[in-house]
Amino acid sequence: MRHRNTWIFSSLVAVALVVSAGWMVSAVAQDKPRSGGELVFVVPSEPPSYDAHAEETFGVIHPMAPLYSTLLKVDPFDKTGTKPVGDLAESWTVAKDGLVYTFKLRHGVKFHDGADMTSKDVKASYDKIIFPPAGVKSLRKESYRSVEVVEAPDPYTVRFRLKYPESSLLLNLASPWNWIYKADLLAKDMHWYDKNVMGTGPFTFVEHVKGSHLVGKKNPNYWDKGKPYLDSYRAMFVTSSAAQVAAIRGERAHIQFRGFSPAERDQLTQALGSKITVQESPWDCLNFVSMHHEKKPFDDKRVRRALSLALDRYEASQKLSKITIVKDVSGVQVPGTPYAATPAELEKLTGYGRDIGAARAEAKRLLREAGVPDGFAFTFKNRGIPHPYEPIGIWLVDQWRQIGLNVKMEMIEASAYHPMLKRGDFEVAMDFQCGFIVEPDLDLARFVSASDANYGKHKDKVIDELYQKQARAGDFEERKRLVRAFEKRLLDEEVHVLWTLQWHRIIPHSAKVKGWTVTPSHYLNNQLDTVWLSE
Amino acid sequence: MWKYLLKRFLLMFPTLVGVAIVTFILIRVIPGDVVELRLAGDRGAASQAAIDQERARFGLDQPIWKQFAVWMAGVGRLDFGTSMWTGSSIWDEIKLRFALSLQVAIMATVVAVVLAVPLGLLAALKQDTWVDYAVRIFSIAGLAIPSFWLGILFILAFLIVFKWLPPMVYTPFWVSPWQNMQQLIWPALAVGYRYSAVATRMTRSAMLEVLREDYVRTARAKGLVQRLILIRHALKNAMLPVLTVIALEFAFLIGGLVVTEQVFNLNGIGLLFVQAVAHRDYTLIQALVMLVAGIFIVVNFFMDVMYAWLDPRIRYR
Repeated sequence: MRHRNTWIFSSLVAVALVVSAGWMVSAVAQDKPRSGGELVFVVPSEPPSYDAHAEETFGVIHPMAPLYSTLLKVDPFDKTGTKPVGDLAESWTVAKDGLVYTFKLRHGVKFHDGADMTSKDVKASYDKIIFPPAGVKSLRKESYRSVEVVEAPDPYTVRFRLKYPESSLLLNLASPWNWIYKADLLAKDMHWYDKNVMGTGPFTFVEHVKGSHLVGKKNPNYWDKGKPYLDSYRAMFVTSSAAQVAAIRGERAHIQFRGFSPAERDQLTQALGSKITVQESPWDCLNFVSMHHEKKPFDDKRVRRALSLALDRYEASQKLSKITIVKDVSGVQVPGTPYAATPAELEKLTGYGRDIGAARAEAKRLLREAGVPDGFAFTFKNRGIPHPYEPIGIWLVDQWRQIGLNVKMEMIEASAYHPMLKRGDFEVAMDFQCGFIVEPDLDLARFVSASDANYGKHKDKVIDELYQKQARAGDFEERKRLVRAFEKRLLDEEVHVLWTLQWHRIIPHSAKVKGWTVTPSHYLNNQLDTVWLSE
Repeated sequence: MWKYLLKRFLLMFPTLVGVAIVTFILIRVIPGDVVELRLAGDRGAASQAAIDQERARFGLDQPIWKQFAVWMAGVGRLDFGTSMWTGSSIWDEIKLRFALSLQVAIMATVVAVVLAVPLGLLAALKQDTWVDYAVRIFSIAGLAIPSFWLGILFILAFLIVFKWLPPMVYTPFWVSPWQNMQQLIWPALAVGYRYSAVATRMTRSAMLEVLREDYVRTARAKGLVQRLILIRHALKNAMLPVLTVIALEFAFLIGGLVVTEQVFNLNGIGLLFVQAVAHRDYTLIQALVMLVAGIFIVVNFFMDVMYAWLDPRIRYR
């Protein structure tokens, strides 16, 4: 009897082991990238031209990034989108004084026409970006002011010599805009890349039908052997958000890489159930309020402070996140990224306290002290775009009314909005920014006094000095401290602008799409070399 | 007759010049700037130096009369320039979309004519019977329901009932008629229904008017068969106002299906028009307005020719 029980027990254990092993094998198989298939994604915008150095829209990045490589890139699996890894660069060193960055390039990387990629191509591309000749547009050259010269001492070494140390250089060299072009083509015509494609990316260009789609197919000579996993990809240009949702819902497309609203996410998850996977992240985009410092009473920081104190950001985070693409209460850096403020640090800033009653009482006192009468009227100019501008605008107007202000919101048509800001034709206006990498240098540059985008026209030497200091700080903790000081000056002491809520990126996609990780920037992680389809 | 046609033909040119002047001025009066819009992008900022450089490249720093003269000189050579948004030739931008818009317009017109003429005729012949009432309800519903809304209903029905969606990429008819029809038949039906409603009501009222004319009574009195009276005498004369409606609707469809194109994700002229205006792409807007105006003018000219063919009084005037 005992022998029989032992036999039964042993059999059960054996069956359990076999079942577990089978399950583990199956799980491993599911996680193992599978080659083949075509990824279809929708893009709400379209490339104006093919030259990323001269463009500023994700409409270029999403459909065309898979055709190119960059010197460095942001780790495609890093959810903070702040960790640089090599793309064409195999390794790199930084001189102790922070003035020389030397990159060793990979051997055997070929352009899609079969030519070898060498340091000559990297130098020519960066010369075009940093030192564009007359008549050549380079939208991000200002980000490389510290670079004195780019050198190519041998075919597989590139060296950046700097005029002064700059903390953000490595991440700037991982910019998704800095595609490496072929030197010979640039030498013949600096505008060749406006209308043509020739890169070293994981996919080669097949066709672009304007207004319709762009197709790329697997590059068989890609340097990273075994990648890409997909046979091809098809980017479909669909401007209407209803049509984008219908495309995912009707399984005509797998994914849209920019983002959907909460309502659209819910619609897709209800309709498709387990066929859909949702990835979410704080988004490196933000609406803030600019107040014109040359117009009364907004030249008075007590008034600006009152406008910030009126805002119940924590309640808004709960309510607005259900209807539009915002969520986190944040400071000048995206929550969860290296230089971001902690919730406790944020609560110390003006307008970030938890006691909204006390904050509004203080706001009213400040307005009285500044001589602003109860019922004071002004116009808040907002951008005529539904999400998230309209809901945020309505929320702001409501909050300001609660401290006795009479605010009228004027929606400005999207095309006329930016010229309105530039002209300074506003008292209080919605402003916005989106970054391609969460990096203080990139995110804070527009708030220095001399910035072309300082629409509120504040003049603040302290802000300017803090920006310079944090940009050159070599030590992480020191830089973090300086970023906090900048944040306090911008949002608390002077209240030059009012932060609303951090945008929130929601990507509902087909559950078949694997190997793609959401990051805080919709400009990142679009090379598609790690992406695969499970069936 | 020839004098009449020549006069109509020559009138086309001053009309086009008038359209060109009005368009050129209006697009520059409305707020917004293609250069700032493009350079600001998603980041929301652009340096003044970059803006100035781009404005100079597009010739926008020149006096407005000079910009107009340069553009008109180009138009005279049928060169509409390049898109300020994409840098591509205007012809390249338009020709891609024109084929699709033209096909949808033709298909919608076919749907409309096939529905409208028999239904209008039937309603007139069976005036105040249940047939007439049914046709009138059908046509009033067509007028009341916007075609884009009908399109949304189509899409929802496909998604919810059939778990299917029309293809999102345009395939020319000569490449794959099946793919092409799968995509375009639905917008053609949605638009054609509204279009047929207008034409049905027009056919019915025109037929009722003509059927009461003396010459129809005379034809009946002399013993002509009903079919001949209807087709040769009544319908031909009733078609004058119906043709006008059909022709003008056809011209409108080339550039006017803005929302329907969005609903079905059609890469057509209407959507291009909206994008061009949103981007303040001056050269493209000017070219598109000229194209649509040109289509209206040419369609009107052909209508004048048709009038002359259908109505001898015009021929002999």
